[in-house]
Amino acid sequence: MKKPAYLFLGFICLCACKFNSSNKTLPIYGNRTAVTKMVNGQVVNDTTYATIPPFKFVDQYGDSTGSQNLAGKIYVADFFFTSCPSICPIMQRNMLAVYKAYKDTPDVKIVSFTIDPKYDTPPVLKNYAEKLGVTGNSWLFLQGNRDTVYRIAEKNFLVAVSKDSTAAGGYVHQGWFVLVDKQKRVRGSYDGTDPKQVAQLIDDIKTLKAEPAAAGK
Amino acid sequence: MKMKVICSICALLVILIISCQSSDSLEFNRYYAEGSVVYQTHCQNCHGQHGEGLNGLIPPLTDSVFLRKNSDQLPCAVMFGLKGKITIGKRLFEGQMPPASGLANIEIAQALTYITNSFGNKMGIFNVEMVNGDLVKCR
Ligand code: HEC
Repeated sequence: MKKPAYLFLGFICLCACKFNSSNKTLPIYGNRTAVTKMVNGQVVNDTTYATIPPFKFVDQYGDSTGSQNLAGKIYVADFFFTSCPSICPIMQRNMLAVYKAYKDTPDVKIVSFTIDPKYDTPPVLKNYAEKLGVTGNSWLFLQGNRDTVYRIAEKNFLVAVSKDSTAAGGYVHQGWFVLVDKQKRVRGSYDGTDPKQVAQLIDDIKTLKAEPAAAGK
Repeated sequence: MKMKVICSICALLVILIISCQSSDSLEFNRYYAEGSVVYQTHCQNCHGQHGEGLNGLIPPLTDSVFLRKNSDQLPCAVMFGLKGKITIGKRLFEGQMPPASGLANIEIAQALTYITNSFGNKMGIFNVEMVNGDLVKCR
């Protein structure tokens, strides 16, 4: 009587384990809307996900860089400023691990947005990148319009930043590393001050790279 | 009888010496232990868990020669910050260390005892009297 039940349970467990290890997919963050559209004369229900809106800033080389340079790429975004005395050194130390893992992979990039664009001009950012040991185009340091950067940080990347004269360095911000997929959707958010979560991020990029290009589109 | 007295005096002396020594090392151990906590909360984000620094941005704390040579400047650097060019381990750094706001002299002494006896350094205790003395000479 009881045997089949156990077997069944065991089977479920096995499935669950297997599902976890081989078919892992990352969640998709942000608001989603259901759309009904006509495809070949048939009504199809589809879901559209929140995406990072277009932006155009200047990188550490003084070149105009923005969403069009990141189209079709997986990237990790964070928000920082070069004179940050608190968590930024920890974040960038951990981001270096991501950089080392993917610097020779053309479709994976890192984008650090400065939240102090007044001080962090392209030459300041370039100097910072060089001292950090970063060369080439796989890790971009972007200076943008302050209000635009703050808006996309909070609204699209879901990272809180603000100016606060009482905080060390003059700004408060969160140390999230945000993972964005090739369709510009947020697929993960990791505590950039925690090496364990950053190791998870490095792993999750692999999962994302293996995802079929058209998935969810 | 005489022998006994000499023996007990000797024994007393030995005990005294041992206890003096251990109270010295006890003081060192306290400074070092508390210093590791001060380091974790106020310095480690920049200088790293193993004093390794951060590439060309933040210097490591492993240059024993620099630390020994500039030991009387260290309290001022921690208390009031440090900026400009310095050479650490044959590499040039030009960064800025912010003042450690809110640290008491004793905490500076503990942190300095910790860093000057970790990461391959071995300079012995950096006590609060030394810190007090150095701080009045800051430029
Ligand atoms: C915001 C980052 C930051 C923090 C926090 C910080 N430092 Fe530094 N530290 C620096 C930088 C940058 C320099 C180099 C300054 C220069 O280039 O003139 C430096 C230099 C030093 C030096 C001299 C150079 C060397 O490497 O030996 C010592 C000693 C030192 N720091 C100790 C400490 C101690 C102790 C603490 C904690 C109480 C601390 N620092 C906290 C960034 C930091």
